[in-house]
Amino acid sequence: MTTLLLAAHDGSSIKDATLKALTPALALGDDIHVLVAGDGVAAAAAEAAKLKGVSRVLTAEAPALGHGLAEPLAALIVALAPAYSAVLAPATSTFKNAVPRAAALLDVMQISDITAVLAPDTFERPTYAGNALITVRSTDPIKLITVRTASFRATLVEDRPPAPIEAVAVPTDPGLSTFVGDVFSTADRPELTSARVVVSGGRALGSEEQFKALLLPLADRLGAAVGASRAAVDAGYAPNDWQVGQTGKAVSPDLYVAVGISGAIQHLAGMKDAKVIVAINKDGEAPIFQVADYGLVGDLFELVPELTKALG
Amino acid sequence: MKILVPVKRVVDYNVNIRVKADGSGVDLANVKMSMNPFDEISVEEALRLREAGIASEVVAVSIGPKEAQETVRTALAMGADRGIVLEAEGTVEPLAVAKLLKAIVAEEAPGLVILGKQAIDDDCNQTGQMLSALLGWPQGTFASKLVLGDNGIEVTREVDGGLQTVRLSLPAVVTADLRLNEPRYASLPNIMKAKKKPIDLRPAAQYGVDLTPRLMVLKTAEPPVRPAGRRLASVAELVDCLKTEAGVL
Repeated sequence: MTTLLLAAHDGSSIKDATLKALTPALALGDDIHVLVAGDGVAAAAAEAAKLKGVSRVLTAEAPALGHGLAEPLAALIVALAPAYSAVLAPATSTFKNAVPRAAALLDVMQISDITAVLAPDTFERPTYAGNALITVRSTDPIKLITVRTASFRATLVEDRPPAPIEAVAVPTDPGLSTFVGDVFSTADRPELTSARVVVSGGRALGSEEQFKALLLPLADRLGAAVGASRAAVDAGYAPNDWQVGQTGKAVSPDLYVAVGISGAIQHLAGMKDAKVIVAINKDGEAPIFQVADYGLVGDLFELVPELTKALG
Repeated sequence: MKILVPVKRVVDYNVNIRVKADGSGVDLANVKMSMNPFDEISVEEALRLREAGIASEVVAVSIGPKEAQETVRTALAMGADRGIVLEAEGTVEPLAVAKLLKAIVAEEAPGLVILGKQAIDDDCNQTGQMLSALLGWPQGTFASKLVLGDNGIEVTREVDGGLQTVRLSLPAVVTADLRLNEPRYASLPNIMKAKKKPIDLRPAAQYGVDLTPRLMVLKTAEPPVRPAGRRLASVAELVDCLKTEAGVL
């Protein structure tokens, strides 16, 4: 039996999310093949060939796969899946979009966002914003799985002879959707889901200007990614893709600094796997202090600049 | 054009749920239930498209226990025209929900189906994608903006690192993300009016879809509790703790 791991990559290299999804793939105990799909993936495929436990890398290249559109990507997964006992993908926006589509076409019930592999057919996953962990056994012949990457440590690329790389046939693009454009923030910062340090802000920052003026210097000093609570994003202080929580991103940095965040359960769902949590909030009763290792109760407009300075 | 809006009855987002002591599930007795928040956003978007003259009718559909009628009634109070409830007891997984919705789409022939991107109880994030697959329609998931034109719909999607815009041919399936709109509250007159709007209650069994779950839930557990931390008196003390005790700086 073989596991197919779907790689998140940017064409030139494999993303950290793939290294994290490799960890549960190895736990399944089977041979692993990696699929690198896109438009121009040679460099990323070469990197995938050195991943631990990988015996073959499949490349699928076509213009339609370049932007990760769900319809052609799902058609590719459907074409490959019957040869595998499990198909595993990191829960990135691309795979959250495409894998359930493939699952339905294969008549398989996907197992979303797993946090542990207990047996080749048994997995743990969070429900109710992480307030209940369920253990589920899949009765489907192929397991289609997305991985909550914040719950796994990365399995690093090894110094090993590379696995063979082979190109697979790409099914005809069903032509149902077309790519129009994208807008990516090009900030010179680590990616939120793989950063070692995350500085996050809430509604108490009061405005977009103050959010940036206070948090960005602190993030720069710490080499941190910047996150936000839903309230801060809804108020327009921070862009959508900075949202940490149940419906945003799940992060597991070594250090998470929550500034002016009260700590609604939906936010905690996205960050309580952090190794060390620091909370800065003027309300000493805020729920964020129940999960914080270190708490500072006080005015964030004084404390944050002081912290930035103290780290200099 | 008709718009179909599937809505799910879930535990209200403000409720702190409790796991049953014997690990058999989550205690749902006497817990406040509401419409899944993402589904409220879908209903709102459908209503705006009708108010803009683009859609002609908004039909809300729910799959669940008899009480799912209350959820559909909420959609009607917001402004949807009529409702359908497919009655089914117990867990109905996203794959089975998608199959039932496919049957409803065959009956209703909508030009657009708008769903919430995920339900806040099972957090699966699958139903819209699965429905779209079974119908062979294009999908625009995690939508933060919709623009309907003559030859399709442009969907701006919330993706890792930013936004992506795709153009879909119609009919299509769209799933709503948080920033698509801010749902309206139902006014008292509209709540009264909704009581007269029709809800068609049918047994889900009549569609011949196998609803047996594919995932057996063996255990439900509380997440591990983080030990309580410490309040520090000053920034200097914090920096010291992070450097020495925690070793993260």
